Amino acid sequence: MAITEEAPPGEAARDDVPAAPAEKQTRRLDSPLALTLLLLVVLMLQGPIRGALSTPVMQSWMTVFVAVVVQALPFLVLGVLLSAVIAVFVPPSFFARALPSRPALAVPVAGMAGAVLPGCECASVPVAGALVRRGVTPAAALAFLLSAPAINPIVLTATAVAFPRAPEMVLARFAASLLVACGMGWLWQRLGRTDWLRPPAHHAHEGQSKGEAFWGAVRHDVMHAGGFLVLGAVAAATLKAVAPASWLRTAADNPVFSVLALAVLAVLLSICSEADAFVAASLTQFSLTARLAFLVVGPMIDLKLFAMQAGTFGRGFALRFAPATFALAVVGAVLTGAVLL
Amino acid sequence: MNRQAQAAVLFLVGAALLHAGLTDLYLRYVKAGLRPLLLAAGAVLIVAASATAWYEWRGGRRGRRTEDHGHREPCIAWLLVLPLLALILVAPPALGSYSAVRTGTALQQPYGYTELPTGDPVPLTLVDYAGRAAYGHGRSLGGRSVRVTGFVALDRTGTPYLVRMALNCCAADAQPVKIGLTGKIPPVLQPDAWLEVTGAYTAKRTRDPVNGAPIPFLEVTSAKPVPAPRDPYDETWNN
Repeated sequence: MAITEEAPPGEAARDDVPAAPAEKQTRRLDSPLALTLLLLVVLMLQGPIRGALSTPVMQSWMTVFVAVVVQALPFLVLGVLLSAVIAVFVPPSFFARALPSRPALAVPVAGMAGAVLPGCECASVPVAGALVRRGVTPAAALAFLLSAPAINPIVLTATAVAFPRAPEMVLARFAASLLVACGMGWLWQRLGRTDWLRPPAHHAHEGQSKGEAFWGAVRHDVMHAGGFLVLGAVAAATLKAVAPASWLRTAADNPVFSVLALAVLAVLLSICSEADAFVAASLTQFSLTARLAFLVVGPMIDLKLFAMQAGTFGRGFALRFAPATFALAVVGAVLTGAVLL
Repeated sequence: MNRQAQAAVLFLVGAALLHAGLTDLYLRYVKAGLRPLLLAAGAVLIVAASATAWYEWRGGRRGRRTEDHGHREPCIAWLLVLPLLALILVAPPALGSYSAVRTGTALQQPYGYTELPTGDPVPLTLVDYAGRAAYGHGRSLGGRSVRVTGFVALDRTGTPYLVRMALNCCAADAQPVKIGLTGKIPPVLQPDAWLEVTGAYTAKRTRDPVNGAPIPFLEVTSAKPVPAPRDPYDETWNN
């Protein structure tokens, strides 16, 4: 199979912008040089930098920042490897056979398929990006993107462990997450426009062996999604270090406000979906429905995910998709909570 | 950023992950169970860096350079240098008293009380003691004296607490479990200093000003400074 033949038209357009040869020559020199200089300068200024970072606020900021990145990187690498396998070794015809041809049916199938990706949200973004590039209908890929971090066995087990006295939380989380994921898929199918969605063009694999194409995809995705992951980690660490936790106490008293407060908290904290159940369990002053909203919103949209989605699918997409996901997730959680909890 | 620089960053990030995973550094940031994944990810990144460098070198020999260098990653990739510098140069410490005072105690009602271990005083984890004292009214302690380890935190009024941060996945979700200290408290208490405290149950308790959850107290009979444990977080909730 020649990979270049499958490349959708326009895929190579973004990267192959011809640059003037002279400019290329200077540019080629500058980034390794800049990296070396940067590392040298930081190494020389180690002492002053450490001094400036030794206040408690900065230390706790850095610890949370490093922790979010270190914790997410293995899952990002896993997702990137999977997406590179999809991009290079799985022919598009496979997805055409595996998914129902009608998008309305493909959405729930893709949503359920999310149950097999054992990881958190960092892994699902690159995989969903690869699915779209491989010709899977965006509605189905988005349903997968939203459901995979929330309904896989690892996350559901963690939820069961965190809520030993409320096993119905596991069922409620599964049902609400799947409902919202499929809802967003169908919503995209009805209202979504292809020009909002702009998957990053991969370099055309002209004249490349499969190995070269594979490692090229891994390198590209780690650098790209990794950069956005760092951006999201900066935002999450800033909020964690700066925002006071005491305002939550006042929010807990009002049933409507408490759901919204925990939904917003889920977005701001950007906790890995494998751990968020434990944090939700400790928010004992809130109702189970409010905590369900926390568990449904968190894996679908948070600061880190927003940055990564903007990087993978384009800013125009993320700006429309994120608020819609947030609203639908809150509604889905409240409805499921009313029925099951 | 061109491919040579990308290969360098990939290699450095991979090496930093391996470094953190092979020493105890990673325990400051993530749970112990994540270690195999960290090492695997570090190895994959180093292989990706080598593959990038190798294909780049081979491409260069075949004269494909100019064509390939049209392909560049956006500036966002430079951000990956930040965690690299933070991890290698600064290696920030595990979360301490600053976060503990600002976050409400995360003590949960225990499912049941296991038999106390033998020994006098009884060695208990701080979380175990707090659960028995706050929810079991100390009945399962049977009046024995206990020994717990944690770090010191002082709230705004100067009340001393002994704290252990409990962690589920990474430091971003770490939450403190606090016990108040009363009785023979050491005269000078340095926040973030680790103490091994021996004492007995007391009915005194208070409510955490942040989230209103109960904080039990410990009647201290003796306290001695100890080095920080290998894993600064309490990970018992993972099991």
